[in-house]
Amino acid sequence: MSEEKFHSALVPAQGVWWRPVGAQEKRWIQISFVWCMLMFAMMPLWHWKGGQNPSGIRGRVVPKDYRQRTERFIQDYKVGEEKGIPVVAPPAGADIYVEASMWMWRPILHLKQGTTYVLHLSSFDINHGFSLYPMNINFQVVPGYDYGLKVTPNQAGDMRIICNEFCGVGHHIMTGKILVEK
Amino acid sequence: MSMRTCPVTGLKVCPDAEALVRWHAVTAVVHFLIGVSAAILLVLTRWQAVHLLPSDWYYRILTAHGLNMLIFFIIFFEMAVLHFAGPILLNCRQPAAKLGWLAYVLMLIGACTTNGFVFAGKADVLFTSYVPLKAHPAYYLGIILFAVGALLDTSLFFAALVKAKKEKTYTGSVPLVTYGALTAAIIAVITLIHGAMVYVPTFLWSLGLMQMDPEVYRMVWWALGHSSQQINVAAHVACWYLLAGLTVGGVVLNEKVSRGAFFLYVLFISMASAHHLLVDPGVGPAWKVWNTSYAMYLAVLASMVHGFTVPAGIETGQRLRGFNQGRFQWLTKAPWGDPGFAALWVSLVIFGFGGGITGVVIGTEQINIIAHNTLRIPGHFHMTVVGGTALCFMGVTYYLLPLIFRRRVAFYKLAQIQPYVFGAGISLMGIAMTYAGSFGVPRRHWDISFTQAPFGVQFPTTVDLFMAAMAMGGLLAFLGGISYCLIAVVSVFFRPALSDDDLKRGGPGLPPGVVRLPSQTHTAEASEAAHRQGNPGTVVLVGVFFVCFILYYFTNWKILSLLWKVG
Ligand code: HEM
Ligand SMILES: [Cu+2]
Repeated sequence: MSEEKFHSALVPAQGVWWRPVGAQEKRWIQISFVWCMLMFAMMPLWHWKGGQNPSGIRGRVVPKDYRQRTERFIQDYKVGEEKGIPVVAPPAGADIYVEASMWMWRPILHLKQGTTYVLHLSSFDINHGFSLYPMNINFQVVPGYDYGLKVTPNQAGDMRIICNEFCGVGHHIMTGKILVEK
Repeated sequence: MSMRTCPVTGLKVCPDAEALVRWHAVTAVVHFLIGVSAAILLVLTRWQAVHLLPSDWYYRILTAHGLNMLIFFIIFFEMAVLHFAGPILLNCRQPAAKLGWLAYVLMLIGACTTNGFVFAGKADVLFTSYVPLKAHPAYYLGIILFAVGALLDTSLFFAALVKAKKEKTYTGSVPLVTYGALTAAIIAVITLIHGAMVYVPTFLWSLGLMQMDPEVYRMVWWALGHSSQQINVAAHVACWYLLAGLTVGGVVLNEKVSRGAFFLYVLFISMASAHHLLVDPGVGPAWKVWNTSYAMYLAVLASMVHGFTVPAGIETGQRLRGFNQGRFQWLTKAPWGDPGFAALWVSLVIFGFGGGITGVVIGTEQINIIAHNTLRIPGHFHMTVVGGTALCFMGVTYYLLPLIFRRRVAFYKLAQIQPYVFGAGISLMGIAMTYAGSFGVPRRHWDISFTQAPFGVQFPTTVDLFMAAMAMGGLLAFLGGISYCLIAVVSVFFRPALSDDDLKRGGPGLPPGVVRLPSQTHTAEASEAAHRQGNPGTVVLVGVFFVCFILYYFTNWKILSLLWKVG
């Protein structure tokens, strides 16, 4: 490499610049490459061994049909009402439907800790964001698409759904409720 | 008009190219001014101790801030960079200058139209305008005009490359800076095609002539929106190399490695849309995993490579200038008072440690569950595109002012501290947003005290602390941003033009690299010695970086594992 002359990046590269890489540079590239592969492997690995994946059962749905399903779900398992919004206590393993619309989440859910449900999310009008407080679990809610997520609450508590996708002037008052009992 | 020879760099400068650089850059600064004025209003609204704007204006100003900063400011500046890295760095005449002006006018009309409708309250859709949220059709039309202009500018850059090669205005291969700009330009073309694919149908849809699918919109919009971030990265990395050369004579350690890394950016570009769909119902896990990682993180690899070669090039450049003692004399004796160098270094650190690490982590398919649409997202990108790209462009401005605008840098003392003020502010704001977001604090939200909501949410008091820190950081960044506008505008419009002699004579308001350009080429013996010495300082820096990266990455997996089971 003795004939190599260093120059800045403003100067055209002369002659053959396809030269061997310096030792430290090469080592850094190797380390970076291995790290990149490891980070890549983590994702399939988590699908296989990990408990939190955004896969779900995904399908298209006409918003009106989704609304009907939600209403039927509410009729089947309704146990009360709070602030004009139905409260629903589904059995273990049930398909539960939550509908986002400007600007509310329907219905309120009563769930049991350690029990598995399939939580369906969809929107009646525009994009909304499902953000479960205080767990900080976030999913996009898109009109025309049904996102069915298998969930198992691991903590009891009085939780909130915050809408975290901008959905117009009422966006910041759009909250919902999920109660998880022991 | 004949070409002038730059007394500092010896480059032959075509007056047409120079004028195009000037007008694009000045217009960029004007849009930055709009954006930064919007920013302070947003900061003072999100900080609920003040809660300045009413809700409708918060969303309106948020739309304006995103558009003016991320699209108008950044792209106008990038077009200036293309006109600079093409004809000027290659010593050739500007091809079809008239088309350059047409491009400029189209972009300007587009930006003004869109802004007009946003401020008139006819487009409260945020800059992502997710359908079926609908804006006035003119809003989309403005963006289409802007994109057509940018595409035209980009094709003139390609024309300049061809012209310079045909006329043999340089020998060898194009400089690395131009090569980097070329990758940015290629990405720009791909990006703008996606832009047409999404904005033209949306425009027709807004007129009632077409149907749009919300999920398809999100996918194609982000193929525009995120690929354009790749333009930013390629452009600012090219500018890092440019500033390194101008300020300390930073060298290119290995052309093959640096060019290869730029090339990787091009290969995986359209995949980045996935970063925004990781917790969406429209696409499956295999698509998400493959695309979010740009085919196994090869674009991340590219950035990690530049993260070594840029500081190492600076280190070697400094050692060649005689700052050769120990591991770190090259840093302790670096020109910290040179606003170009300060901006380069601060931008490098914020982009790497702040924006880069957080970006890879929240862009991991599963980890996105605890980040999507929380304040972690703006926290991340204010440390990439603001602390990284915008700050780097500010540093470039301090060299463009004397070299292209031929003006002294006004308020030079202020310019010397500006990169630190802006960098500190953005870092504080970005970090605070990141922490607040990890408690689930949403982005794009007017009232996290939820006073009017049916079910209240009470965030822990630590969140108030982080929101206050965000506000302090935002205020500081605002001061830095306003200073930048002030310096640029006063220098350009209220300072006399400099002659070649003035430039050579030096005096106040000229960065050191302009007064005495560090040598840009070195003898074989000096290079050989520097080569043998290697980069002991940079090795330590990247080591620290790597440890931070690993810790942050696995901490996030740990936090994720504590959640409900979801699948
Ligand atoms: C003075 C510096 C800046 C400050 C203080 C600042 C502050 C902010 C704040 C407070 C938000 C609102 C976050 C939210 O409520 O969700 C925001 C959003 C944003 N900022 Fe900045 N910003 C600055 C510069 C920039 C620059 C230079 C860019 C781009 C180049 C930029 C791009 C954005 C984008 C894209 C958004 C998101 C808009 C949206 O969610 O629709 N910012 N910024
Ligand atoms: Cu909503």
